[in-house]
Amino acid sequence: MAIKDYLRERFFPHMWCPGCGHGIVLNNMLRSIEQLGLSKNEIVMVSGIGCSSRISGYVDFHTLHTIHGRALAFATGVKLGLPELNVIVPMGDGDALAIGGNHFIHAARRNIDITAIVMNNRIYGMTGGQFSPLSGIGTMATTAPFRNIDHDFDVAELSKAAGATFVARTTTFHAKQITDIIKQAILHEGFSVVEILTQCPTYFGRKNREGSASNMMELYKKNTTPIGSQAKQENPELIERGILHEVEAPEYCNEYDKIIKAAMKGK
Amino acid sequence: MDPNIKFIQGNEVCVEAALYAGLNFFAGYPITPSTEIAEHLAQKLPEQGGKFIQMEDEIASMAAIIGASLTGKKVMTATSGPGFSLMQEALGYAIMTEIPCVIVNVMRGGPSTGLPTSVGQGDVMQARWGTHGDHGIIALTASNHQDVFSITIDAFNLAETYRTPVILLFDEVVGHMREKLVVPEPGEIPIVERLRTSVKGGVDYHPYLPREDGRLPMSDFGGVHRYNVTGLYHDMWGFPSNNPSVVQGLHRHLNDKITNNVNQISRYKEYYLEDAECILISYGSAARSALHVVQERRPRGEKLGLLELQTLWPFPYQMIKEKCENAKSIAVVELNAGQVLRAVKRAVNDPEKVFLANRIDGVFITPVDIRNMLRFVQGRGA
Repeated sequence: MAIKDYLRERFFPHMWCPGCGHGIVLNNMLRSIEQLGLSKNEIVMVSGIGCSSRISGYVDFHTLHTIHGRALAFATGVKLGLPELNVIVPMGDGDALAIGGNHFIHAARRNIDITAIVMNNRIYGMTGGQFSPLSGIGTMATTAPFRNIDHDFDVAELSKAAGATFVARTTTFHAKQITDIIKQAILHEGFSVVEILTQCPTYFGRKNREGSASNMMELYKKNTTPIGSQAKQENPELIERGILHEVEAPEYCNEYDKIIKAAMKGK
Repeated sequence: MDPNIKFIQGNEVCVEAALYAGLNFFAGYPITPSTEIAEHLAQKLPEQGGKFIQMEDEIASMAAIIGASLTGKKVMTATSGPGFSLMQEALGYAIMTEIPCVIVNVMRGGPSTGLPTSVGQGDVMQARWGTHGDHGIIALTASNHQDVFSITIDAFNLAETYRTPVILLFDEVVGHMREKLVVPEPGEIPIVERLRTSVKGGVDYHPYLPREDGRLPMSDFGGVHRYNVTGLYHDMWGFPSNNPSVVQGLHRHLNDKITNNVNQISRYKEYYLEDAECILISYGSAARSALHVVQERRPRGEKLGLLELQTLWPFPYQMIKEKCENAKSIAVVELNAGQVLRAVKRAVNDPEKVFLANRIDGVFITPVDIRNMLRFVQGRGA
């Protein structure tokens, strides 16, 4: 199938700004799904609120566009309700880790088989450029007009500590890696987190003088390195890309099925 | 002994009834005085192949049942005041997206943490207007175990019929009190199953186009119809829209499907109303004391009657107006500062004849309390 066949054309044009990285994420996420040969009927995409969360409307799957920060809680209900479905949750950095931070760590802790894609543009785009928990110290935003004094989370470390069993990171510059990583994240049985650095030239780029969308993508090339590379040892400031953490652990829905079996036998 | 005769807590009755109605998914978070509902379902659901999940908070609980409802499950959550406050945003989402679900609120004393282990009925207005925006809502209540059983089943049936969240406003006394329950045989109380679309795969399915009778046939997630569900105003495909006629149409539909069916949704019980000069209007546990007063006073020739409300929302204004037409005085017996009182005053011809008989100190209202207050109403007071 062509990528176009996974889109709801009725829904277009999309609402993202020129130069936004989210389209690259959407394109490569659909490529992963196509390459895995998944049927559209077995995929549920659940999202919250924000620019990234609008992805769910554009794709021809079962789609649930919910409320701010709670997508993973809705997704938990969908997945436990019908575990044979593939549940993918695209989220923005604010949606996932500010208002949704609690649901994020608890979904990770349960190791429920959901693929969470954190589209990290380090800003609240839809509301017009406020700092997020991933903006980081020293960044500029409409709500940090002098400079941001809020520390940021390391999504990968947080996910790992909370119990996610698959954690990966890449950027919109590394489009093919997005496809590859999302494929593995979907195949992984358990809670998977994929952080994708994605540019917001309209707000983050403009406020922080990072230039055009292509300039911002070049920064992703310059500031990141494959995991375990020589470059990281020479320059610890570089952000690592690739699969950062992958372990096997009991998955929540499988475990619940065992509970049902035991409970029904005891009856 | 007949195994269908039980001596159990109100919270357990709610569990028995929910399972009778076909509940197969529950998500919740512990909170007094509703916790027994979660505890019993954690045990009983997996025994029947159903699912129970303890979420990280009430927001997540409400979200999880909505997600599970979309996969075709009959769903419920249970909470009390503070948790009910947290659920309000997702409750509005379920209203907007027309997802059937049941929310039990075993009311305690509020506001805030209030009186966790004491009775209150202070969430009547929150059930109506707690979530933002205009909307219709169904809220039911009951005063005794047999009624808790049937009204819980009603809640599931109404949620499926009108594709809307239904709130069960029980209270601490009803939830924790133990009394007899006779469990009906399977099939004795009719169960409304989910109306699913007959549209075949590959044919354009309109998930948000109501049939002529106002009902919306559903398609489960995972089925042949892939559609969008959103809390934004949406068209018949579920696509976001800010087209004024689409917005107005959906706004009207969400309100009208409830308000146009007040008579179908309204449940109440009446005692000695025919010739009553003084009518007590009450609901939930408070109605038990009110009934006691009426039954004790009638043999003495006092023309007292009781109207026990079981549907609080949509409020049965017309029914109350008619029943109260000939009454000289009306006393609303409730455990708050006058939430149903206000609605009753709006319903009757002469609001001046409506009085409040209440307690707001966390102590259950007794027949003596009500009799003392009636003395004032009837002009025989101090």
